[in-house]
Amino acid sequence: MLEIRNLAKRFGPLVAVDGVSFTVPRGEVLGFLGPNGAGKSTTMKMATGFLAPDAGTAVVCGHDIEREPLAAKRLFGYLPEGAPGYPDMTVAAFLRFVAEIRGFAGPEARRRIARIVELVHLGEVREQRIETLSKGFRRRVGVAQALIHDPPVVILDEPTDGLDPNQKHEMRGIIAAMQPDKAIVISTHLLEEVEAVCSRAIVIAGGRILADATPAELAARSRYHNAVRLTIAPQNETKIRAGLDQLDEVEAIEAARGDAGTVLTVIARDRAPLAAEIAELARAKRWKLDALSVERGRLDDAFRSITEPHPAPRAPWDIFNVTK
Amino acid sequence: MFHNISIICRRELAGYFATPLAYVFIVIFLVLGGILTFFVGDFFERGQADLRPFFTFHPWLYLVLIPAVSMRLWAEERKGGTIELLLTLPVRLVEAVLGKFLAAWLFIGIALALTFPFWLTVLFLGDPDNGVIAASYLGSWLMAGAILALGAALSATTKNQIVAFIVTAALVFVLIAAGTPAVIGVFEGWAPAALIRAVTAASLFGHFTAITGGVLDLRDLIYFLSLIAAFLGANAVLVDLMKAA
Repeated sequence: MLEIRNLAKRFGPLVAVDGVSFTVPRGEVLGFLGPNGAGKSTTMKMATGFLAPDAGTAVVCGHDIEREPLAAKRLFGYLPEGAPGYPDMTVAAFLRFVAEIRGFAGPEARRRIARIVELVHLGEVREQRIETLSKGFRRRVGVAQALIHDPPVVILDEPTDGLDPNQKHEMRGIIAAMQPDKAIVISTHLLEEVEAVCSRAIVIAGGRILADATPAELAARSRYHNAVRLTIAPQNETKIRAGLDQLDEVEAIEAARGDAGTVLTVIARDRAPLAAEIAELARAKRWKLDALSVERGRLDDAFRSITEPHPAPRAPWDIFNVTK
Repeated sequence: MFHNISIICRRELAGYFATPLAYVFIVIFLVLGGILTFFVGDFFERGQADLRPFFTFHPWLYLVLIPAVSMRLWAEERKGGTIELLLTLPVRLVEAVLGKFLAAWLFIGIALALTFPFWLTVLFLGDPDNGVIAASYLGSWLMAGAILALGAALSATTKNQIVAFIVTAALVFVLIAAGTPAVIGVFEGWAPAALIRAVTAASLFGHFTAITGGVLDLRDLIYFLSLIAAFLGANAVLVDLMKAA
């Protein structure tokens, strides 16, 4: 449904996006992850035809954004970075404008606006001017305009930025509900979001794709993958640590002391399964364990290890510090 | 094509009247127009039933007022990020440029139309040449369009409306002043006649006074229309060039 082919963009000396390619089929929610300045938004701006790429193109349901921009633009809904909206317009007037441009008039436009207002819960602010809205409502208005024509491809640049936890949960529910019959791309730097809604994640830094996998696969790249967490009584810590140190499979042990006892995180060498050995050792040595669990891996840790060698590039306009 | 232009134009026009700014603009336009006509232009003392004193000051009125309308056209879209929204909707860039320009031009047209009491006044006082008045209104609106198109193009080059205002006003001043008697006088006597003609021909002032003088020459119409077209073309190019910065 959405095909990104080898997109590249330079801003003067800065290489913002450097040969990014991926395909999003129907039914997939792709999380586009990366540190700030990684090229996420620039990629989305090119995919939606706002910026002309230096090389490559994007194809939306068979329509090349460079060669048939209007046909391609009819088939996606796009929430730009920062969820812009016309401040002087009321929510209803703004949605009517977008609906009209999308080719809906009269009762059809009214029906669609009513449906989308219901879907993203904008009823109470319908007649309010956009400039008076809170950040959360503004974001929802941006999502509403992107979905008003029920497009097969949905591209959302940071859809939950600035929302409170309840609103985030709600927005993720909306995205999950659309998933079956749409191709969805969301950019985010929230790892919990990737775990919550994405069926696939692409990590980008320095304008290049560094990882393309399911969230579980990404987490497996973390050094905490297969790590074992033990909750024990504080007085037993020295004894148990000494015992664990004997195991060849243990790479490191981290300890956290809290009210509920001490939590030891036993990191496995080469992320190999470790739980069975530890359980056996515990039984043999008659350790008293309050809890034992296996970690799937930490997405934030995986993210850091994937992106760390690629610091965010300085944009040329940063030196003026005016426009951003 | 026209469908999208009209949707964008309607949105923009509604935007003018969504805030008190439009009404303030119209009031300033009418009050300034009145002051210049009746006090500076010696409307009554001339003892002639025409609107010459009224139209004479239009270039100078527009010098300040039109950049105030045009400055926000694209600078505001760029600053607020709505330009990204607008240009990723299924809309051609030309449609957006034309829709926004037409809305602003219609707005000036409304302000201009509301000066009808001036016309009623001369109609009451005497027997004016209504053909000249109609031509003058048309000429004034065309000149406003040319200034507006220039301002729209310059507004696309910045996110700062104040910068857009100042640069536009400065360029419009040059375009108007080039044809005034004061500037022509400086050139007369030493510069070749061809140069003087060229400067006058390029000036808004010369073409506008030709129309308000009562001669609706096709060349003057073409001058204004081609200025509008050229500036709007530049507008589209500049939006495309600057939108990402």
